[in-house]
Amino acid sequence: MDNTIGLMRQRLAALEPQDLHIEDESAAHAGHAGARSGGGHYRLTIVSPRFAGMNSLARHRSIYAALGDLMQGSIHALSITALSPDEL
Amino acid sequence: MDVQELIRQQVTGHPVVLYMKGTPQFPQCGFSANAAQILKACGVSDFFSVNVLEDQAIREGVKAYANWPTIPQLYVNGQFVGGSDIMREMYQSGELQKLLTAAQAH
Repeated sequence: MDNTIGLMRQRLAALEPQDLHIEDESAAHAGHAGARSGGGHYRLTIVSPRFAGMNSLARHRSIYAALGDLMQGSIHALSITALSPDEL
Repeated sequence: MDVQELIRQQVTGHPVVLYMKGTPQFPQCGFSANAAQILKACGVSDFFSVNVLEDQAIREGVKAYANWPTIPQLYVNGQFVGGSDIMREMYQSGELQKLLTAAQAH
């Protein structure tokens, strides 16, 4: 079993999340045409004070930046819910 | 033509452009299917769609163009809007409908 979720957690620590959930949904997508690259499908829910005052685009960009090269390899698709603490 | 220039022409030449896997009729990825569905739900039926599975250069090029690592990608009036999660959020808040209505009125 690969450690993509562990690596994601390490990288996302840079965003100082106060809550972080990552689900592996790869099984639900196995075999479809877009999944040939072999990377996994993940669903991320992250709560960080850093997101306050940022729009969704900026939040997603900061997540992609933190994940870095994982987005080019281990992660094929990522569904993101990014909230600031006052949005809970 | 340089692929970045080709993408620039595509996104500025049409009010609504969706880069997706597959086509709106036969999407080949759940996220792309959702994105196409959301546009239809907003009353946009004749958007310009590009099947990135048919063109590897565009598939990689569009990620660099928007500095966004995933597909689908929505552009309105040449501006990158977001991927399927952002489209869904904007649809639920009504923001996307406003943006699309304004774009099509041009």
